[in-house]
Amino acid sequence: MSNITSPSPEAMRARAVLLGRSRWGVAEIIFWILAVACYWLFPTKLSLLSEIAILGLVALSVDLVLGYAGIVTLGQGAFFGIGAYAAGLAAKFGMGTSLWSDPVIGLFIGGGVAAVIGFATSFLVLRGSDMTRLMVTLGVALIVDEVVNQMKWLTGGSDGLQGVLPSAVLGIWEFDLFGRVAFVYSLVVLFVLFVIARALVKSPFGLSLQAIKGNMLRTRAIGMPVNARLVAVYTVAAFYAGVAGALAAQTTQFASPDYVAFHRSADAMLMLVFGGAGHLYGGLLGSIIFRTMQDVLGNITPQYWQFWLGVTLVALVLFVRGGILGLLDNMLAAWRRKGGAS
Amino acid sequence: MSPRILLESRDLVKRFGGITATDHVTFSLPEGARHALIGPNGAGKTTFINLLSGVLTPTSGEIFLDGANVTHWSARKRAHAGLARTFQINQLFADLTPIETLMLTIAEREGEGSSWWRPVGARTDFVDEAVALLAQLGISDIAHARVGQLAYGKQRLLEIAVALAQKPKVLLLDEPAAGVPEHEREQILDVVAALPKDVALILIEHDMHLVFRFAKSISVLVNGGLFVEGTPDEIANDPRVRQVYLGEEEVHV
Repeated sequence: MSNITSPSPEAMRARAVLLGRSRWGVAEIIFWILAVACYWLFPTKLSLLSEIAILGLVALSVDLVLGYAGIVTLGQGAFFGIGAYAAGLAAKFGMGTSLWSDPVIGLFIGGGVAAVIGFATSFLVLRGSDMTRLMVTLGVALIVDEVVNQMKWLTGGSDGLQGVLPSAVLGIWEFDLFGRVAFVYSLVVLFVLFVIARALVKSPFGLSLQAIKGNMLRTRAIGMPVNARLVAVYTVAAFYAGVAGALAAQTTQFASPDYVAFHRSADAMLMLVFGGAGHLYGGLLGSIIFRTMQDVLGNITPQYWQFWLGVTLVALVLFVRGGILGLLDNMLAAWRRKGGAS
Repeated sequence: MSPRILLESRDLVKRFGGITATDHVTFSLPEGARHALIGPNGAGKTTFINLLSGVLTPTSGEIFLDGANVTHWSARKRAHAGLARTFQINQLFADLTPIETLMLTIAEREGEGSSWWRPVGARTDFVDEAVALLAQLGISDIAHARVGQLAYGKQRLLEIAVALAQKPKVLLLDEPAAGVPEHEREQILDVVAALPKDVALILIEHDMHLVFRFAKSISVLVNGGLFVEGTPDEIANDPRVRQVYLGEEEVHV
């Protein structure tokens, strides 16, 4: 290249600022160290922790669709359920011995089937307003729910899918009664998918999703294939939710219509709103808080834990914009202002 | 040799119910044009721009962009074929920064918009181009601020920057100075005057200072139809034009 002019100071600064956004922060590293440390900190709560990791993965998938691309969805639970049944059936008919029962292959089966159905239904959410999208995603979820209930010969209907026996993870680690393997396995899968999602949202593709959320008219005017982007992210998110479902079926060795029930979708969105949409960590934090509250409050007032959950949610939405992460952001900004003044 | 025609409309009509917003407009824009589109409020100027840029589909008639019939092309396809526009009301990405906005636009132009494995900023050539563009428009100072928090005048400049980042052959400016406070106006006028010579420009504007400072040719649109076309001098001295504007605003030269 003949271009030997060195970049201006502004250009150097802009490069540093833009690339700095994809660098791992200290808080992020601490978060993941703590997640790993949970294995030793809460050895009696490993099943609960696996469940949190799985719920976090669903909330992460909602974040990709809602927090980044701005598609309101109440249908992510359907992909979770599809993934659970697909992986569950694969493990069941693999009889715990053949390749079909391999958990990692099961993840791809669960995620893959969910992604195919996500891709097929993504075209329904391209048109219309938030309200139509809400209704369409909800409608798809209800159809899936009904199909699972009716296909009794395959899914076991309301009794659930019995005899899901995944083989050892990578042929080495058998699922144990204490949920040790289940937790490590779930956390590793969550982390791997998180890293991919993180790269995705910090790439030009991720930036284009935020732009679509911000102003669809302009994205079209600058020549962006808006529909293709939305189909892509919706399909990826369906894959994520499907993998979460597969994890759930494998770690609990069970799948039931509860896995495709409407409350799955609503819970996932709730967790995301709780934690804060559009940060990737919002869904993870939300799932921790949601499931912990459920556990703690459930012990205190078994019947009324949802009441307190509701109170917290209303308070959070009324007084803090952007969930827990929004709250932390505000506090950090206030602290910096104070620090700057003194 | 006659100059190459970059943008052309033939017998373009747009009806909204019973209202004819664009009435058989035949119009052509040669290379390097500096053309202003004026007319009283409700004359159909923005509708015409929306038809040209693909936001609206015409009821009848045809549109050609650099020789290609683009009448049924989407806004996206026209953008890739070299047509860029700004909007009368800012259409920006409030949650992004100006540099991100331009990175996005450049990536889209270069077909890298769906790249997902590398972070924004990995293409240093894009960063340098975005930085240079901000400097060209005199808004380097706000490169990393949130767009939604920028002063209105800065947002208007960013509108133009985004369109320029598309490296267009034809640029449609829809009232670039609209709503900009007096003390920020001059900067916009300078930017418009300094736009690249090789880009064919259409300017819609109510500000006659800007129109007469900038335009080499002017079309007057009235009730959706082309009323008269000519040089700035011809338009300024045309008694019919004065009559159209009577009670609207005066035409200053």
